[in-house]
Amino acid sequence: MHSSLSSRADPATEAAPSQAFLVEGLACRRGDRLLFEGLGFALDPGQLLLLTGPNGSGKSSLLRLLAGLGAPAAGRILWRGHPVDEDASAHRQRLRFLTHLDGVKPALTVLENLGFWSALMGVPAARAGSALAAFDLERIADLPARFLSAGQRRRLALSRLMLMPAALWLLDEPSTSLDSEGSERLLAAIAAHRSQGGIAVVATHDRLALLPSQELRLTAGGRAQ
Amino acid sequence: MNSEPAPIEPTSNLAPSATRIFIAVLTRDLRLILRHGSEAATAIAFFLLATLLFPFGLGPEPDLLARIAAGILWVVALLASLIALDRLFAEDFQDGSLEQLALAPLPLPLVVLAKLGAHWLATGLPLVILAPPLALILHMDPAGLPALVGSLLLGTPCLSLVGAVGAALVLGARRGALLLPLLILPLYIPVLIFGAAAIDASLAGLSAAPHLQLLGAILLISMGVGPFAAAAAAKQSLV
Repeated sequence: MHSSLSSRADPATEAAPSQAFLVEGLACRRGDRLLFEGLGFALDPGQLLLLTGPNGSGKSSLLRLLAGLGAPAAGRILWRGHPVDEDASAHRQRLRFLTHLDGVKPALTVLENLGFWSALMGVPAARAGSALAAFDLERIADLPARFLSAGQRRRLALSRLMLMPAALWLLDEPSTSLDSEGSERLLAAIAAHRSQGGIAVVATHDRLALLPSQELRLTAGGRAQ
Repeated sequence: MNSEPAPIEPTSNLAPSATRIFIAVLTRDLRLILRHGSEAATAIAFFLLATLLFPFGLGPEPDLLARIAAGILWVVALLASLIALDRLFAEDFQDGSLEQLALAPLPLPLVVLAKLGAHWLATGLPLVILAPPLALILHMDPAGLPALVGSLLLGTPCLSLVGAVGAALVLGARRGALLLPLLILPLYIPVLIFGAAAIDASLAGLSAAPHLQLLGAILLISMGVGPFAAAAAAKQSLV
């Protein structure tokens, strides 16, 4: 077993079935290359796992596995004791995944983009307004998204998180292109999410002021420290 | 150790209605196509221009044109439907929307079906509407027009459904747009055969019904298989 956690000796023995989000012995293969193996962690409500590691160490691939966008080469991902692939649609409903792509449609306005996402999640369109406010986008609500700067696009992508509470946030480099004020808002959003009992897994290079409960450092060459 | 509140679990009354999400995806795609829909306009313009080239190439021979009009219209409609096809998933794939759609509460095959509905309304339906006037320009006997419209109404959705599988398969491939026609044109052949045969039958005074029924059968099969195959292929591109 290559993996150990900075904050815990061995998550596998400690893991109780009540653990909200439990990952055991996870391995990921890309082509012939083994990105990581034997990776595990356990998170309780309100906890945040910080993923660090150099480029190409598999942080994004790990997040994709956690989101259910691919099957791991080995290992299990459990939510409250049940494998997440047992009920994939329930897992999709409980998670929000922010990838390095913003998922913003350039031809639609800021508000139309948010409106579509709220329709996709089945949230009343009125929620889009408060989601806009969370990342200070009201002034540009009617601007087509193709005119947005990279930071503004990022804020729009982040505002998707605010549409509806979700149990699990998976954030891949959430602070990319954000100014300091945007980073403050991101930290506030993550803190609010955790105070509601939400779990977050955040991959990032700049450590921000995230106050992680645990940290998992991936290294190039398939080992986790 | 854990005194914090329980995580927010989705509850059933928050589960959004599938129909509403389906319509949201369809209207979003229609809006996107109409707002910068150069591909849809190109497909329609191609259908018009390519069909009108035949009278120039074959010379003023109304009899010859009338005889091959059904084949011309079907082949050109088939090629026109290829034009906008590679954009079906490619833009959503590049800007990250496809990931978000794959994580939506609506199963991905239904998302694919909604996107295809928008795609057909924008690129397939105009071909069905334009075909009768073009057929008359090619001197086709007006008796064949109902069969022409019927065969295109049943056949063009098949082209979109089959094409979606190809469009999803070439996602992320370099030069996918070039690969796509080679991949799916062979699969279009059954639709072409029965589509053109329906018109020929009605021109010959026979019933077009058997051919249209076979086209309907192809449509049902591709509706049952296409969205699932396309969704599976699209998911592969997201791993």
